[in-house]
Amino acid sequence: MTEWEAVIGLETHVELQTNSKMFCGCPVDFGDEPNTAVCPVCLALPGALPVPNEQAIEGILSIGEALDCTLTENSLFYRKNYFYPDLPKNYQISQYTFPLCVDGRVDVDVDGESTTVGITRVHMEEDTGKSTHVGQSGRIHGAEHTLLDFNRAGVPLVEIVTEPDIRSPEQARAYGTELQRIVRAIGVSDARLEEGSMRFDANISVRPVGEEKLGTRTEVKNVNSLRSMQRAIAFEITRQVEILEGGGSIHQETRHWDEAKGMTRSGRTKEESEDYRYFQDPDLLPLHIDGAWRDRVAARRPELPTAKRERYMSLGTDRRTADLLVDAGDLAGLFEEAIALGADARNVGIWLTGEVVRYLRSEGVDVADTGLTAASLAELATMISDGDLSATAAKDVLAAVLAGEGTPREVAVARDLLQMSDSTAIEAEVLAVLDEHPDALAKIQSGDTKPIGFLVGQVMRATGGKADPRMVQDLIRRRADG
Amino acid sequence: MPVEIDIARVASLARIALTDEELAAYAKQLENILEHAERVQALPTDGVEPTSHPLPMVNAFRPDEAKGSLDHDAALAGAPDTEDGYFRVPKILDES
Amino acid sequence: MTDLADLTIAEATAGLRSGDFTAVDLLDAVELRAAVSESQLHAYLTLDREGARTAAQAADQALADGDTRPLLGIPVAVKDNMVTKGVETTAGSQILAGWTPPYSGTAVKRIEDAGAVIVGKTNLDEFAMGSSTENSAYGPTRNPWNTDTVPGGSSGGSAAAVAAGSALGAYGSDTGGSIRQPAALTGTVGAKPTYGLVSRYGLIAFASSLDQIGPIAQTVPDAATLLEAVVGWDPLDATSYHGDVPAISRSLDAGVGGVRVGVITELMGDGIDPDVLAATRTTIDQLADAGAEIVELSLPAIEYALSAYYLVAPAECSANLARFDGVRYGLRVDGATTEEMMAKTRAEGFGPEVTRRILLGTYALSAGYYDAFYGQAQRVRTLLRREFAAAYEQADVLVSPTAPTTAFEVGSKTTDPLTMYLSDICTIATNLAGDPAMSVPVGLGEDGLPIGFQVLAPSLGEEVMFQVAAEVERLAGFSHRAKLATSKVVAP
Repeated sequence: MTEWEAVIGLETHVELQTNSKMFCGCPVDFGDEPNTAVCPVCLALPGALPVPNEQAIEGILSIGEALDCTLTENSLFYRKNYFYPDLPKNYQISQYTFPLCVDGRVDVDVDGESTTVGITRVHMEEDTGKSTHVGQSGRIHGAEHTLLDFNRAGVPLVEIVTEPDIRSPEQARAYGTELQRIVRAIGVSDARLEEGSMRFDANISVRPVGEEKLGTRTEVKNVNSLRSMQRAIAFEITRQVEILEGGGSIHQETRHWDEAKGMTRSGRTKEESEDYRYFQDPDLLPLHIDGAWRDRVAARRPELPTAKRERYMSLGTDRRTADLLVDAGDLAGLFEEAIALGADARNVGIWLTGEVVRYLRSEGVDVADTGLTAASLAELATMISDGDLSATAAKDVLAAVLAGEGTPREVAVARDLLQMSDSTAIEAEVLAVLDEHPDALAKIQSGDTKPIGFLVGQVMRATGGKADPRMVQDLIRRRADG
Repeated sequence: MPVEIDIARVASLARIALTDEELAAYAKQLENILEHAERVQALPTDGVEPTSHPLPMVNAFRPDEAKGSLDHDAALAGAPDTEDGYFRVPKILDES
Repeated sequence: MTDLADLTIAEATAGLRSGDFTAVDLLDAVELRAAVSESQLHAYLTLDREGARTAAQAADQALADGDTRPLLGIPVAVKDNMVTKGVETTAGSQILAGWTPPYSGTAVKRIEDAGAVIVGKTNLDEFAMGSSTENSAYGPTRNPWNTDTVPGGSSGGSAAAVAAGSALGAYGSDTGGSIRQPAALTGTVGAKPTYGLVSRYGLIAFASSLDQIGPIAQTVPDAATLLEAVVGWDPLDATSYHGDVPAISRSLDAGVGGVRVGVITELMGDGIDPDVLAATRTTIDQLADAGAEIVELSLPAIEYALSAYYLVAPAECSANLARFDGVRYGLRVDGATTEEMMAKTRAEGFGPEVTRRILLGTYALSAGYYDAFYGQAQRVRTLLRREFAAAYEQADVLVSPTAPTTAFEVGSKTTDPLTMYLSDICTIATNLAGDPAMSVPVGLGEDGLPIGFQVLAPSLGEEVMFQVAAEVERLAGFSHRAKLATSKVVAP
């Protein structure tokens, strides 16, 4: 019985959210109307010429640097030649030999186990326009004609290619998630798969465990979320193993993931393979990234997800909370400010990633749209640790704070939710209740713990629910112990 | 050294529809020209860097400023076929 | 009284500023010359009468205000591969028939900003590929010296217009000699500047690392004026030169005393017409008499320049012309699928020479052949540049004939492409090197047709190049005028 190993490499395209396109001054942030952000350059009118966007170069260098890549000293732009109607020049300006960044790595955590995925290269290219196939199904098969919108043509695109180091769909997803975090941390793209600002293609092959030679691989495209990427890879691995175990062989091809049907399907096989005839683009000069430039890129490296995660954990949050905060920039900001005000990190973290997130989701708002500030958050956390609020009361207070009713203390006072934590006052209540139920104390002293709950309940009722139940129980036990 | 060219493949890569006659004629012409051009192979060029730019310049960039684009009508003005603001072409055979 | 259409730019400028005549007068004379000569010459594809008149009227207003812009009111022609907003631009091809650009190229804007009056767009070999203007999809241009002959190419229309007086000056483009060779064949001055000195934004690309826009004029000083109006860094062209522009016209009167003139051995023998060789030798002797130091220099790699060019230029053009696909502009031939539409459009829209070069270039770049063809050609380029650099340590300028023959008969070199390619042997190396070069008319051959003398200079060496060219012009005393340079109606 053969044991199979999957060998997976991922290619990721990231749209950089610069102000202008890669090679012309058209805006990257365009509206819905087609062909309104186009010019002679990105429409490839006769006589037009490309000039590279400096900020886009800085962006890709930051990405490469964050992935621990070596930044190439002399890098070149190439033309990748093929005909397709959404590619105005019928060549794409891209890179081939001497890409901007090479030989990097990303540490990826899969179920608590740390693995490393090698990055072969990171290079700069330009996006194509969008084609809409009009016909029966909106898909390319059976289309009658095609409509073209070139607003997206020329948007800066960064391509990140991994070594074939990935061994499972879970690891692929973990890599994708971490890459997304890194890109967002740098701030060059919102990296959203649903919107197409981040796209994944997977190269997948399988081989018997122990075999060094790589199996024939297929390329899987059209995954619109990290979850579908994981599913698609899992499906493809199974499909390939089944074929090989049945004595068949894998056909090298591009396959498309069909989300609805949960399967990959063969792309139309081209009669002949494409020959891109790469040559250095004579309209563009070489890129010279000297030592000083490389230093500037390294100096502006932001705190990357791994570092941030570790810092939050060292402050007292658990791993899960740290992960959630790392993924939610606006919440992380509040977290850090609240900590700076002296609040307990663990508490703040739990409440932020728990109740606050629940509220935001159900109301469908961002935290900036709520009444919650770092100061309020800090105050709430402190009131909880001080015992001024029970967990239940805190939930109500928080909801009110989010809705803009005021600070936690103001809300607690207004709604009379402050917990009684003055031990003298509580003791008085405890004594009063014990007086009313004299035999209860005797039962407790004889080893019966059931009356404790009853007595606590009585005290809570007497204090209108405001006594700190832990303190009440504590006092009762002490009384029982004498 | 005679050069043999798969002219049909070349014409397909170049997206030019040629008749068999035309293909044969071009193939012959290309072979003649290439026999002449091939002479470059006689020159020793080990260790010689290729020239892709006559002037030794690097790093020509533009600042990341969004400037005006073409007026929408001007952009579509020369188009052979449009629909609702889109450029329109026949169906595409190959998948991207 | 000289017909205004026969004035040089310098003379016209002086006359305009003195108020001897107006810019509108000048335009009228030029348009009359065009009216009389065009039926035989076909130098123009488009005459922008309205635009020219508006520009001439504006120029007259500016002149009255004391404006001294260098080309104010001067009627010039622009090669039809230079994009002009609102004026049809075809690149001499069917694939752009009727295309009216929504923008103007940088050089065109600078020409307009200098106050020039753009008379119209001139004929060219399709997409600038050719040496005779016979490859134009709109019919050839004839040489005003003998209408059975070609004006050279690819800037044949621009050269013919200047030679005939249907423009006082013109702009063309030069990728392998396409300004200089037509200038030589039409008895005009034509210059290709250092690569990068003139913006290529708006020049319909043929071979991106070789193309340059340059002037064609009746005299060397006129050519300098035309060139100065368009040089300088352009942020829209990444390959445009960012440094200080050479002082092109500063040394026009300096003479050649002590100037070292290198004669390129390889271009002074095989393949050059005896008449042309004789005229070249005479001019070299004249330069020696005028104080130049003559030295013979060998640049062996020049023998390979033609071969390298016919790998590099087609390769780049095969990608540059891929955008002509019937999708966004230009000709479309319908097809059942987009693939079919594109293939049919390009088959019908491109002429044979263009098709040939696209196929050649595609092949040279294709898998398995890249290194032997394109890769090797780019390395040969480096060898050439080294040889030129070494030569310029021993000489301030280099000289040679511009073209191997005088103007040849229409149809005489069109059977075998290689025969036509040989017209470029003297000019091609400078494009590969990126250096400037220019042609000056020095005499007539036995056949009564003009002969051009080429002056080459190192990169950014325009000042010394124009300096020597101006002296060559003075020494040659070429004052002939083409037969068709007259406003009188002549029998064809």
